Amino acid sequence: MDYTERLSNVTVLGAAGKMGSGILLLTALEMADLALKPENKGKVFVINAIDVSNEALAGLMQYIRIQALKAAEKKTNQLRTAYAHRDDLIDNSEIIQQYVEDVLIVIRPSLNLEAAYDSTLIFEAIKEDPELKVKILKQLDQKNPHKPWYFTNTSSIPITSLDKKAKLGGRIIGFHFYNPPAVQRLVEVIKSDHTLPEVEAFAMQYAKNLRKVVVPSNDFAGFIGNGHFMRDALHGIQVAEALSKEVPLHEALFMVNKVSQEYLIRPMGIFQLIDYVGIDVCQYIMSVMNPHLKDEDLHSPLLDRMIEMGIKGGQHSDGSQKDGFLKYDKGRVAGVYNPSSGQYEPVSGFLEKCDARLGSLPASMKPWKTVVGAKSKEDLLQEIFRELKGMNTLGATLAKAYALRSKEIGLRLVQDKVAGNTQDVNTVLLTGFYHAYGPINNYLD
Amino acid sequence: MKLRKKVYLVAGYNTISMGTGRKEFHPKKPRPDLDDYIREAGQGVLKKIGGAGNVDEAVFGNFIAARFNRQANLAAYLPFIDQGLRYKPAVRVEGACATGALALVTGIRSVLAETADVVLVLGVEVQNSVKAIYGADILAAAGWAKERKNGHAYFFPGKFSDRAKAYQEKFDAGKTREAMARWFVNAIENARLCPTAQEYQNNSDDLKSCGMMNPNPRGFVDSLNVYDCSKVSDGASAVAVVSEEGLRRVGIPKSEAVEVVGIGQAEEDITRRPDDPTVLATTREAVRKALESAGITKEKIGTVECHDCFTIAGILSVEAIGFALHGGGCDFVLQGHTARSGKVPFNTTGGLVGWGHPTGATGVHQAVTILEQLTGKAGNAQIAISAERPYGLSINMGGDDKTLVSVVYRKAE
Repeated sequence: MDYTERLSNVTVLGAAGKMGSGILLLTALEMADLALKPENKGKVFVINAIDVSNEALAGLMQYIRIQALKAAEKKTNQLRTAYAHRDDLIDNSEIIQQYVEDVLIVIRPSLNLEAAYDSTLIFEAIKEDPELKVKILKQLDQKNPHKPWYFTNTSSIPITSLDKKAKLGGRIIGFHFYNPPAVQRLVEVIKSDHTLPEVEAFAMQYAKNLRKVVVPSNDFAGFIGNGHFMRDALHGIQVAEALSKEVPLHEALFMVNKVSQEYLIRPMGIFQLIDYVGIDVCQYIMSVMNPHLKDEDLHSPLLDRMIEMGIKGGQHSDGSQKDGFLKYDKGRVAGVYNPSSGQYEPVSGFLEKCDARLGSLPASMKPWKTVVGAKSKEDLLQEIFRELKGMNTLGATLAKAYALRSKEIGLRLVQDKVAGNTQDVNTVLLTGFYHAYGPINNYLD
Repeated sequence: MKLRKKVYLVAGYNTISMGTGRKEFHPKKPRPDLDDYIREAGQGVLKKIGGAGNVDEAVFGNFIAARFNRQANLAAYLPFIDQGLRYKPAVRVEGACATGALALVTGIRSVLAETADVVLVLGVEVQNSVKAIYGADILAAAGWAKERKNGHAYFFPGKFSDRAKAYQEKFDAGKTREAMARWFVNAIENARLCPTAQEYQNNSDDLKSCGMMNPNPRGFVDSLNVYDCSKVSDGASAVAVVSEEGLRRVGIPKSEAVEVVGIGQAEEDITRRPDDPTVLATTREAVRKALESAGITKEKIGTVECHDCFTIAGILSVEAIGFALHGGGCDFVLQGHTARSGKVPFNTTGGLVGWGHPTGATGVHQAVTILEQLTGKAGNAQIAISAERPYGLSINMGGDDKTLVSVVYRKAE
């Protein structure tokens, strides 16, 4: 079975979810492109979009239509060539509309798992719940006569355990997209102890066709991405908790968020990132990873407390940010949650006080957006960190400790052989998390 | 042919050229539309010429509002500008990107024919109503429809990319890129001096690198980068074309007028491919006619507004006028002769690359720019006009060197 055949009947489980919808989009685009090749004339391509509610599937199709249109508008050059044989399609607008239809025609939304029984490739992007995943994969594999290949989007569960428990005989690989899959270029690819070489070869070809950056990760819970993020988040939480001995917790959360964003030149502060991913998701990923870790406890009572109080973060269905640790007003941080009162405290009430406590930013400091876009990024970073190194304000002290902890986490991932080398760790943080620099660096030496 | 009667231009008005580059532009936010631009430019002229009562008739230049804005029948906008224009005659003309100059020439012909003494000429285009990829479909109508199917997604950038490629293959490729970049730098530096220019607020500190950027064939075209291209623009320009009698009627002194002393028009077969893509042959012919009509040689020209829809078109125009031999246009540009401090400053408010290219308005905008330069009203963009080179020249091109209008001007005496 060649690449094209493998992709002629595909299923995405959890297709209406945040990750599933992106995987569906990218795969449907790839299939539509294959269908347009002259040698595939007459072949039928099908991708089943399976999820649990009609409402979600309706929203999914709306999303796909808009995204397929955007994709077509971006690659009209290529589409004009692909549709050169169609004399009836002359304007860009006609070609773009035809392509959108050709993408939509590949997709079959469904509420029934049975739809997947005929697929040769199955993407799994359901809830990050090991038991649920095993149950569904196992059931599917018993009913599907084609010995399908499984691409799981798990961000934390060891692939080997899924492989064994669902009895898949190596027909599985971790193919971890970053959120949102349609935008983020990074993919972590994780083999189980038994992943078949042909499955891996196909995964590499598929990633290449999607123009993704592949970082191989070894099969340790959390892999590289969450292996760094969860520990980095826990560090932020612990620093805030320590600070809260002197100031109210919500002020401490605000200060740590600010330090991790502005001083470390990241696109988001750590608590904004936790909100973006979802407090519940973070809690869950830690709980999935924790049993696999020997000498550390990856668990935060603060996260448990937030969830008990019903504060979860994550996104609304239109993609806007739900309130979590922070309260958002049109994307801007407007308040911070105070677990003692169960209320959001407006930032304006303590901004000056916190800023005074942290001290002023290094004079050479530039916002993340400026630094990542700068031609002389490396020089800028050297200068900023050189200045930071010589400062001993609270802000600078927290920032330095944060950066060193981030580096330590990165080095540990290499030492534990989760990552093959330091470069892979840096690539994940640069590409998957949009950091301005990799955590393993010499800026503070 | 020599003009048989004195014809003057007065009271020019340009709106802002709106689109990417302007700080007030946001693709998703409301902004002025076709009605607003027509009214602003029309009223701008009326105010300077003593009101609607002084106007005999009007010419509207618009390429293709029927598709960009679902609006045709533009002549009927005349009374919308001012109720004092109700029931006066108007006509709308079209010749793709040469529409503006065709409108101007139509007004000039009316004065020459003595059917009017004061003609309001107004060019307008509003193109940001659609995304660029769809705008390319609409603008492709300036080419031969039967070529569209096999044409580039960005049809006209594709056409001029082919010309740039042919030029680079025939002459020095590296030098051509340098000259195109220099053309871009000149355009932006000039635009920064003109508050209505689309690139007026451009504050890039490294224009040269932008201009030198490698083309991206996958996303755009083979031999041009985005900085080689004129802008997608919304805007209008208007001017009054008047006879000697008309000049007295509107009460504007001659010192604030330019005289139109020569016109050259030329059409090439829209179905025909260029004989030599490295030459703008129709442009060359139109300029030759214009200079002959004015009875002058190119050495008398002090400033040029040329049709730099793409930087390569600017370089080819230099050769078409005869300022440089075939293949010598790049050196002429690189030696600084077309810069504002050079021998013949080109496109002194930025041209199509820097000021903007609201297609139907461009030919009128060129005339207004020369009117301002020759009468000393160009503000910060003012250049020195010497007694040895007192003439201005404009070149407005429709399609790929198909519909050409060239006009020669000098300060009224």
